[in-house]
Amino acid sequence: MKTNDVIIQFTAKIVFFIIFFFSIHIFLAGHYTPGGGFVGGLLTSSAIVLLVLAFDLNTVRNVLPINYTYLTATGLLLALATAAFPMFLGKPFFTHFFDYFDLPLLGKQSLHTAMLFDSGVYLVVVGVTMTIIQTIGEDE
Amino acid sequence: MFLLQVLYIFIPMLAAIFVPFIYKSIKNIHTGWFVLAVPATLAIIYATYIARVAQGEVFYDGIPWIPSLDISIVSYLDGLSLLFSLLITGIGSLVVLYSIFYLDKHKEKLHNFYVYLLLFMTAMLGVVQSDHLISLYFFWELTSISSFLLIGYWYTRDASRFGALKSMMITVFGGLMMLGGFILLYLMGGTYSIRELIAMAPNLVQHPLFTWALVLLLLGAFTKSAQFPFYIWLPDAMEAPTPVSAYLHSATMVKAGIYLVARFTPIYAASELWVWLVTGIGLLTLFWGSFFAVKQTDLKGILAFSTVSQLGLIMSLLGAGAVAFHVNGAADSVFKYAAFAAIFHLINHATFKGSLFMIAGIIDHETGTRDIRKLGGLMSIMPLSFTVAAIGSFSMAGLPPFNGFLSKEMFLTAMLALQNFEFFGFDTWGVLFPIVAWIASIFTFIYSFYFVFRTFTGKYKPELYTHKPHEAPIGMLISPMILASLVVIIFFIPNIIGDTFVKPAVQAIQPFLYDLPEDINIHVAAWHGGLTPELIMTIGIVIIGVLLFVGLPKWQGIYNLFPRALTLNNAYDKAMYGLDVGLNRVSRLYMTGSMRHYLLYMFSAIAVISIGTLFAKDAFSLSFEGAAPIRSYQLILIVVLIIGTAITIFAKSRLTAIIGLGSVGYTVALFFVMFNAPDLALTQLVIETISVALFLLAFYHLPKLGKREERMRFQLNRAVISIAVGVMVTLIALSAHSQKLVPTISKYYEETVYSLAGGGNIVNVILVDYRGFDTLFEITVLGIAGMAILAMIKLRMNRKEKSHENK
Repeated sequence: MKTNDVIIQFTAKIVFFIIFFFSIHIFLAGHYTPGGGFVGGLLTSSAIVLLVLAFDLNTVRNVLPINYTYLTATGLLLALATAAFPMFLGKPFFTHFFDYFDLPLLGKQSLHTAMLFDSGVYLVVVGVTMTIIQTIGEDE
Repeated sequence: MFLLQVLYIFIPMLAAIFVPFIYKSIKNIHTGWFVLAVPATLAIIYATYIARVAQGEVFYDGIPWIPSLDISIVSYLDGLSLLFSLLITGIGSLVVLYSIFYLDKHKEKLHNFYVYLLLFMTAMLGVVQSDHLISLYFFWELTSISSFLLIGYWYTRDASRFGALKSMMITVFGGLMMLGGFILLYLMGGTYSIRELIAMAPNLVQHPLFTWALVLLLLGAFTKSAQFPFYIWLPDAMEAPTPVSAYLHSATMVKAGIYLVARFTPIYAASELWVWLVTGIGLLTLFWGSFFAVKQTDLKGILAFSTVSQLGLIMSLLGAGAVAFHVNGAADSVFKYAAFAAIFHLINHATFKGSLFMIAGIIDHETGTRDIRKLGGLMSIMPLSFTVAAIGSFSMAGLPPFNGFLSKEMFLTAMLALQNFEFFGFDTWGVLFPIVAWIASIFTFIYSFYFVFRTFTGKYKPELYTHKPHEAPIGMLISPMILASLVVIIFFIPNIIGDTFVKPAVQAIQPFLYDLPEDINIHVAAWHGGLTPELIMTIGIVIIGVLLFVGLPKWQGIYNLFPRALTLNNAYDKAMYGLDVGLNRVSRLYMTGSMRHYLLYMFSAIAVISIGTLFAKDAFSLSFEGAAPIRSYQLILIVVLIIGTAITIFAKSRLTAIIGLGSVGYTVALFFVMFNAPDLALTQLVIETISVALFLLAFYHLPKLGKREERMRFQLNRAVISIAVGVMVTLIALSAHSQKLVPTISKYYEETVYSLAGGGNIVNVILVDYRGFDTLFEITVLGIAGMAILAMIKLRMNRKEKSHENK
């Protein structure tokens, strides 16, 4: 008999977005408050895991058609590119730049190349955790 | 011409490059004929030096090899080097000539043979001409390697491979010891040049390393020259083709050790130990070899033991020659004879032993056997071989009119002189020397007769031979005949040989005694006039020797009394076998294949080394200065942590252990919260959750079979080591905390995090900015782990494919 898990599936749909936005918040706020790419990535993948628990792997894969190995590779490339970019400007490897800009809608904000690097970290963490969980989950 | 002197050494090696091409392209002519040109040319070249070297001149030529390390290849020709070079090239020519008729040009791999032989020739020339310790060692090992190849020439035979390996093991052992001696010499003298070391010899004696250098060098010389107890490789090396035995194992390589002792005598002779070791071991070898030669049944076996014995004789004479350094007015005393006799006998031995080996090869070649029990009555069938063998044997036995008689007389003179020498306690023990020498000479006499008469006289037994015996082809007989005629010629012109060859060599051995070769006033005479003690001893040798030889069948049984278990060969075999099996057993003892055992080794090593260092260096200290006060909630957390740990360790089921571990992880996260590390706390919480989930997954998938919910068994050693590691970490942590030497660098981060890095979260800024490099590689590690898990699970082969791959 198939169990009726409508409550958990319904809750999961809502909670997924809460966790996801919280992870994005933690990720973006990392430079000033606790958080960052690593925790952000872990939280994002735990949101996806919640979906996997509530539904099943195939459903989630249909909803989020992401190849996580590519995601990992993209993250690594992004991180490496951020680190290597200053070399083309004659600066040492891994030099970061930042400045403050007046952005429309958001007001005065700082933009920092460390953010790009952290995005790489974020993508790698999501990619790797999801790769591990997916492969182990599929394994018979 | 003298510009090229150092290159002459390499001529044989260069010629060896062309041998295989000649062998492949010119099939009709025996390759040996082309090879023959090499030693013959060199012999002529070296002969041109004789006259000037006899005047006391020396020739020196060198090319730098590694100039920055002061290593060069040097050719230094004085009397000693020239004599050896002439022996090497001269006997080398005769041996190559002999091998042309001995080795079949169609059945044998001649290119291998001549390449090895030429390589050996270069190596030997290098050994005797090197004035540089390192290049001497280089050529020394090259002789070991090339002789290894030559002994194992018939590599399809078990005995050849065994003999080759045995000689390799023993001579390389000695070679390495010798290298140690050389390095010590260099450390003492500060130069690699032997001549310079000789010049500073008086200063070296006081050096604390002197005795070590002496013993190590002698180990090298004794192993190469087959002295007791290292002689055991020589009889087994008789599996080599006979030209090789004749060349390497009678005339050249085994004399490399003699050369070494002679060459270093000026440095070491001042030491009492040197005199005792060289003389004592030499005499022991002399006696031992001659005693056991009579036991042998193989012709080449007899000759091998006889070589051992004769080498011992030369060695003991060199030891006696070293005594001359301790005597005032030695140039006028009887000790001056010793070094002269050593070199003289070295020449004589090379002539008669070379011819005897070649005759043994001829007999083997013509009858198909070397077993002396099967041989007999060949005198009328092989008259020429018999003549040569008789000349060689009689010379070996020390009979006139052959050169062995002269050197034996001088040997007895030197040994008799030793007992009169009141130094080093020779006056009490010294009386043993002439007695041992005399007994050994009797046995030498017996085996010489045994060799020639058992082979050529007695009953003719053709049914035992595989071939129909007949006289050897003349080409094969040329070389032994030349050597045998030298045996006779030297007896009649000993003083010409003495002036041209021996005296320059003696001058090289005893440079402190003589300035010029002419200063050596030794006149060799066959007849000393009157009944000298030497002559009486020789007559005694002949009488007792003949009596014992006639009665040989009656007393030969005593050799069977000597138990097999006590022989040195047995000891060598046992040692080799014991090393092989024993070391295997030892490694099996600790290489159990169990990861737990390896962890036990590692952890106990870490604990012992760390705690030991902590207390040996007096590094432990305890101070609570600057420690924060302990709060009650911290105590509660600590108790929780300890409970969690205890549950993990003592849990009965795995599930309990996993949960216990999880509780430890979450408590640690709480500690992070308490110690103001929010980032760490966040990460620790999530990571702990994931890893507990993975643990549960692994637990769930454990195979049903053999899965028993069993509590971990208690083992005292593991408990002890765990506690030791825990104590170690605690002690180190306490000590590290108690003695901070430098202030922390975190102030810098605190001050610059906003101004330089544009951030507020120091942890994150360190991760992505100050030390982003680490993070870059950490995410790479993560990526690799992810890919590895993917590969492990997705690309798993099924059992069938796996077993196929293992094939």
